[in-house]
Amino acid sequence: MNNLELGEELAPKTFLINRALLVAYANASGDQNPIHQDEEFAKSVGLPDVIAHGMLTMALAGKYLSEISGSVAITEFSARFTKPVVVPANTDVSLIISGKVAEISDGSAKVEITASCNDVKVLGMAKGVIKLQ
Amino acid sequence: MLSPDLVGRTFKGADTTTVSAESISNFAAVIGESNLDVAPPTFAISITLDQSQKLLQDSGLDWTRVVHGDQKFEIKRPIVAGDKLVCSSTIESARVMAGNEIVSVRSDLHSGAELVVSTWSTLVVRA
Repeated sequence: MNNLELGEELAPKTFLINRALLVAYANASGDQNPIHQDEEFAKSVGLPDVIAHGMLTMALAGKYLSEISGSVAITEFSARFTKPVVVPANTDVSLIISGKVAEISDGSAKVEITASCNDVKVLGMAKGVIKLQ
Repeated sequence: MLSPDLVGRTFKGADTTTVSAESISNFAAVIGESNLDVAPPTFAISITLDQSQKLLQDSGLDWTRVVHGDQKFEIKRPIVAGDKLVCSSTIESARVMAGNEIVSVRSDLHSGAELVVSTWSTLVVRA
């Protein structure tokens, strides 16, 4: 992966998030917090509806990075969970992820990631470091 | 509230997690990843979050009020099927801001003496 250029804007990709995906992620990750599956429980703790696991959003952003470089080249990855991804029943919520090459140094590229749902940014300070080979 | 004397202490998990090919493929399937040779970059959380949850619950923290604030991974090498990983967790800081308790936990996954992945989680315990 040598062809990333400083300042390059990487093509956006849309991921669809629905209730079934939240159940699948809960089972795969072991995070069975009911706020990600049970609408009644989510509302009882003051949430507007079921929300996605922040780590699911981050996992999808990780998939975005993997498509650029392959999973094996990712050496650092970080994000803040700034806004919840609300997932109503029977709805596919679009998560749009894009990236920009912010820095190239020491054989690595730093990619800044933007992740939005309904024009609201759901991750802050999201970035990954890719080892260039 | 966490007892201040817990901050800076490292708790080594008693369990060794053997990473199965199935656990990697289940995680990969959720995000549409077809490469199953290595685990996806955030796969480590499926081991470390559980371990830090146990540690914090044992320390008296109310997990039902916890919101994930931020997350960082340093990946020395990707996790692969067959890895036998031991998790050690350190509460790096605990402070109160606007009534919410903010706890930072570092978890390291070792295979024998080799550090494989380090994770940092900031957890916000809502007042």
